[in-house]
Amino acid sequence: MGETTVSKKRRYLLIATSAAGGVAGVGAAAPFFISMFPSARAKAAGAPVEVDIARVEPGMMFRAEWRGKPVWIVHRTPEMIESLAATDERVADPASKAPMQPPYARNRYRSLKPEWLVLVGICTHLGCSPSDKLAAGPQSGLGEDWPGGFFCPCHGSKFDLAGRVYKDVPAPTNLEVPKYRFVTDTRLLIGEDGGKGA
Amino acid sequence: MSRSQALLAWIDERFPLSTLWKEHLAEYYAPKNFNFWYYFGSLALVVLVIQIVTGIFLTMNYKPDAAQAFGSVEYIMRDVPGGWVIRYMHSTGASLFFVTVYLHMFRGLLYGSYRKPRELLWLLGVLIYLCLMAEAFFGYLLPWGQMSYWGAQVIVNLFAAVPIIGEDLAVWIRGDYVISDTTLNRFFAFHVIAIPLVLLGLVVAHIMALHEVGSNNPDGIEIKKKKDAAGRPLDGIPFHPYYTVKDAVGVVVFLAVFSFIIFFAPELGGYFLEYNNFIPADPLKTPTHIAPVWYFTPYYAMLRAVPAFLGSQFWGVIVMGAAVLIFFALPWLDRSPVKSIRYKGPYYKVALALFVVSFLVLGWLGTQPTDFLGKLGGTDTAVILARVFTLVYFLFFLLMPWYTRIDSHRPEPERVTG
Repeated sequence: MGETTVSKKRRYLLIATSAAGGVAGVGAAAPFFISMFPSARAKAAGAPVEVDIARVEPGMMFRAEWRGKPVWIVHRTPEMIESLAATDERVADPASKAPMQPPYARNRYRSLKPEWLVLVGICTHLGCSPSDKLAAGPQSGLGEDWPGGFFCPCHGSKFDLAGRVYKDVPAPTNLEVPKYRFVTDTRLLIGEDGGKGA
Repeated sequence: MSRSQALLAWIDERFPLSTLWKEHLAEYYAPKNFNFWYYFGSLALVVLVIQIVTGIFLTMNYKPDAAQAFGSVEYIMRDVPGGWVIRYMHSTGASLFFVTVYLHMFRGLLYGSYRKPRELLWLLGVLIYLCLMAEAFFGYLLPWGQMSYWGAQVIVNLFAAVPIIGEDLAVWIRGDYVISDTTLNRFFAFHVIAIPLVLLGLVVAHIMALHEVGSNNPDGIEIKKKKDAAGRPLDGIPFHPYYTVKDAVGVVVFLAVFSFIIFFAPELGGYFLEYNNFIPADPLKTPTHIAPVWYFTPYYAMLRAVPAFLGSQFWGVIVMGAAVLIFFALPWLDRSPVKSIRYKGPYYKVALALFVVSFLVLGWLGTQPTDFLGKLGGTDTAVILARVFTLVYFLFFLLMPWYTRIDSHRPEPERVTG
């Protein structure tokens, strides 16, 4: 200690060597860091699913599958869209405050475009898959004033045509809206939104 | 020289055996006035050993595989000879680890054990606490029950709330887009090797720091200031045999409690082993009420108490993180001229009492659904309570520089008082 005779040249060499060693250390850490990202297999299983919606007529519903879960795509008619104003006061979370959707679906329609509804078809209560009762009125079996929506047969939870949960049913939150985007007007990519959902 | 003395001399020339024995046991002088609160350090060490030994034997039959994990735990419980008792020792040990560590930390708050010159000792202790939380979190996923799965889901989603990188960060932690087999496998690796290695290193460092500065005591005075002619503290007694014997008594009582729980109440009414965790993990079925194990509930209550702000849940995560990390600042927040609560004034006594009450109430609130006390003015009463006590919790720390400075105090004694 206290020895100050180390030449400047040696000191620089020491610093340069340490810096190079540090860079090598960071480089060596890289494979460990990236090994924790999803593997090719996990990526394949969780990849976004592209769906052709050209043939889904207004008032119809199409079922897709993404990450092992059913995804519903409903082509809403103008009457169906109108019914959402009426259900505002019958649902528990009309403004979609609970984080069950990407930010761009946090509106009355819970969707990017009012006429297209995309939902994960799993009841937020205990994971049953609710039935679609899209048609309004008594033929749904849910009474005269049923405005159309979804009904879970397991424990009776009801959802409107935006997947918003009714008051006083077992399900605690609205149905989940997955990340999605329109590739073209008739092609939908489920599970990816180009970073808008982050 | 006898044969055994010769052997010892032979070893001592090659390894500092006698030196280590003297420095850390036979000639480590601890204050003679240790009381009840001084049991919990050695008890935490005992639990650490129990956890490591039972953990090793559990890994002999446990399968870190989403398809087999739950079944392998049931296999340990039913078919492996002695498996059930080893598993209950491990699950009970996890909870009692936190009991001993919380009481050990409370002792520090009582007697100012974090004050100069023990700041690093305290910091190392907080790091141990953080490691312990990580260890408990990773371990809780392994039985792959409903609460394992959904608890991990909730905690990993906390990271997803981090702005910008959150979503990628959560994917990086899970190694998948959902909690999956990959997640289970890596949590197993963290639980059985990565965190325990760090934990052991920190425990050794904690004890080295302790033996460097010497133990604090209920009077909060430095026994090294008064030494005899031989340089031994007048108020110190050798750790061995005096405190090894005292601690052994503590261990006996502790093990009696431990055994009672294992044999008569291993689930402890759902607090040590949650009932929902006896149902296999099901990604499609969310339990109606998700609550962490009791030792995390104070922080969980804080998380739920913070409202979303600017469309982000991240603030709750920040508050929860800050509640743990603020312990690091403690040595520099206390400005009282005395260390021990025995000589501190009423302000500190009231503040500490309020802090303990808020920690306990938050812990209780965290075990319950938010609506269990009804509503008050449109907001859940339990959430309002949690907000009040979160505030009290933080004020204990944030106002400490002021209330400890203006607080009255009594003079510290010259020698320890028994």
